[in-house]
Amino acid sequence: MPATMTTTSALQSVLARQGHDGTRLMQILRETQEALGWLSPPVLTEIARDIGWPRARVESTAGFYSFFHTRPLGRYRVLWSDNITDRMLGNIDLMQAMCEKLWLEPGRVSEDGLVSVDTTSCTGMCDQGPALLVNYRAVTRMTPRRVEAMVDLIRAETPVAAWPAEWFAVEDNIRRKDILLGNALVPGEALAAALERGAAAMLDEIKRSGLRGRGGAGFGTGLKWEACRDAMGEAHYVICNADEGEPGTFKDRVLLTRYADLVFEGMTIAGHVVGAKKGLLYLRGEYRYLLEPLESVLAARRAAGLLGGNILGQPFDFDIEVHLGAGAYICGEESALIESLEGKPGRPRIRPPFPVTHGYLGQPTTVNNVETLAAACLVAKHGGEWYSKVGTTKSAGSKILSVSGDVERPGIYEYPFGVTVQQVLNDAGIEGCTQAVQVSGPSGVTLGQNELERRIAFEDIPTAGALMVFDCTRDMFEVARNFAHFFAHESCGFCTPCRVGTTVVARLMDKLATGHGSPYDIDEMFKMHRLMQGASHCGLGNSACNPMFDTLNKFRPAYERRLKSLDYEPAFDLDAALSQARQMTGRDDAAAHLANVEES
Amino acid sequence: MADRKLRVATTSLAGCFGCHMSFLDIDERLLDLLELVEFDRSPITDIKHCGPCDLGLVEGGVCNAENVHVLREFRKNCKILVALGACAVNGGLPAQRNHLDLRDILAAVYETEGGLARGARIPNDPELPLPLNQVHPIHEVVKIDYFLPGCPPSADAIWKFLTDLIAGRTPHLGHGLIHYD
Repeated sequence: MPATMTTTSALQSVLARQGHDGTRLMQILRETQEALGWLSPPVLTEIARDIGWPRARVESTAGFYSFFHTRPLGRYRVLWSDNITDRMLGNIDLMQAMCEKLWLEPGRVSEDGLVSVDTTSCTGMCDQGPALLVNYRAVTRMTPRRVEAMVDLIRAETPVAAWPAEWFAVEDNIRRKDILLGNALVPGEALAAALERGAAAMLDEIKRSGLRGRGGAGFGTGLKWEACRDAMGEAHYVICNADEGEPGTFKDRVLLTRYADLVFEGMTIAGHVVGAKKGLLYLRGEYRYLLEPLESVLAARRAAGLLGGNILGQPFDFDIEVHLGAGAYICGEESALIESLEGKPGRPRIRPPFPVTHGYLGQPTTVNNVETLAAACLVAKHGGEWYSKVGTTKSAGSKILSVSGDVERPGIYEYPFGVTVQQVLNDAGIEGCTQAVQVSGPSGVTLGQNELERRIAFEDIPTAGALMVFDCTRDMFEVARNFAHFFAHESCGFCTPCRVGTTVVARLMDKLATGHGSPYDIDEMFKMHRLMQGASHCGLGNSACNPMFDTLNKFRPAYERRLKSLDYEPAFDLDAALSQARQMTGRDDAAAHLANVEES
Repeated sequence: MADRKLRVATTSLAGCFGCHMSFLDIDERLLDLLELVEFDRSPITDIKHCGPCDLGLVEGGVCNAENVHVLREFRKNCKILVALGACAVNGGLPAQRNHLDLRDILAAVYETEGGLARGARIPNDPELPLPLNQVHPIHEVVKIDYFLPGCPPSADAIWKFLTDLIAGRTPHLGHGLIHYD
């Protein structure tokens, strides 16, 4: 089937805009899909021919990402965010109601090809759920009434652009500001201070500040920039990691909405320090709606001489591009992110070599979190010593926390490092008693009631800043089960321990959930935890069993009360497994049935 | 354990007996093995029901009601139960039918396929075990203690596994005895 004329012209304009450049394949695929609805085989063939890549490579990228489809999935694609916080706000009932009204099964496309409804991983709207994406546009605060109205608009085939604007409103919900969110910097102020210091002196200030990576790992920013600056290469790159995929985290969304200038300025300062001419911001696909606003901030900065050639009249050229991801949690891992930026499936690379020496296009690259880069502006303006005095000895500065779940005021809270979890809960407002707090999302730690005096700092709990709060009415087993399914969905499939292990764990959790569990299954989960932690290729597999391990240790009765017996239990209903054969043979004799437990 | 021979039972459920053939491929080592073990229910002895055993080796997955009964008999009688080969471990080749609806399969095979006698029907004799909706690995029906992968596991792998077990060591196949070709 040859591509039709309209398809070809739409495709050609996308390819021309992206410079027929294979490393921009992610953007080519996204824009093509936005224009044509889906990525059909002839379209992939034409893209492959145009960029000069083997078709299999194009297809492997198109097939890897959740938000690219190589089969039609309806003119309206509704994806309900399925983080535990959305669950707690009733997303599943709302999705079922939507499906019933549309005469649709979740995951299926309607017969007329109009609509499909499914779930997706956390869309970063945990403080204003239940959330969803419609044609990859974020919608917040879903209600039964909104579901009804949305169904009507879909049936009437009203374009998404004409839907009520308030559905797409995303609140910032900034509840507490500290040095970063409360800064009074005007665009260009921090950059001017950095350029005045000079690259080497600016690097010294960053090292003096004790600034550490805000993505959770806490690597020294000064050390990273220095290693990148010192590495030999044809070009150096600055990458801002805005693939904020850890469920429960949404601080980068707010930074990019309200403080985009600060983030871009931090990237520019990093570029000046490491000797880069180009910066890339990798924005998660769920934040597609931020693309145009970010582009206009970039345009304004270019117009003001803060980006482009001879920045602020100095011999320093630097520009920034925004790249969009397409629904892959794994791309938050820096080497997977770089793969994705190069147009490939987001599979983590083997490290070393590290990105600081062999990163984007094999060149020295510094990959920093959104918040880290914003914080670098404060260091540029006020100096390293000033910055290092905020926070604790080993954790300088402030941390932005994304608080969601059972609190009165979910949203964004910034504190100097060293704040206790209890303090955050008090400020966010607790109704009733708190049973647990999940810090850093599913891959982080589950804190029980007796651990709430622990501190947010690299000395105690290192975190990218997500706090999901669960009150005493919540079932911690269901929390862990939600996370187990999240990891099974997000495993990139590259290594067997993680690809198979995450699914085995999710099935074991389901077995317990359906009342078929036994102590052997709990033993098996501990075995999987050890195996995956030791044998997985990257951090996803290493940490995928954390929530189960923590909840099994701290909330074991939530598991035990689901056990069917203390003996072995089959994984499925044996008698029901004979149902089809009974139906087809018309038999109902004793031998046509199986007891689920062996008679002794 | 040394003064008494280990009692071993073996069976093939939804398998092809390939794992048993591979077992026989230990060749002359079978004579050494017979110094250490004696067989209960097994194709080698033709004993129909197994009694108390130390070790049960099960080839094949679970595809019908009879498989369930045999497997339970093994679990009840064997102190150690081993999944022998790919089909027992994860369903293997027979599980390829799992993405089809059993009703469609039965109708196609017995009623609608070309070349069938007039009025052919799905057999419903109570003597025949009913097939399960899907084929399952054996650990989904009873507790399994050890898994020996391979299609089939090589004779050397089976030998290493058995000699480890008999000597009281946790079986460990090590490099070269697990491979995918």
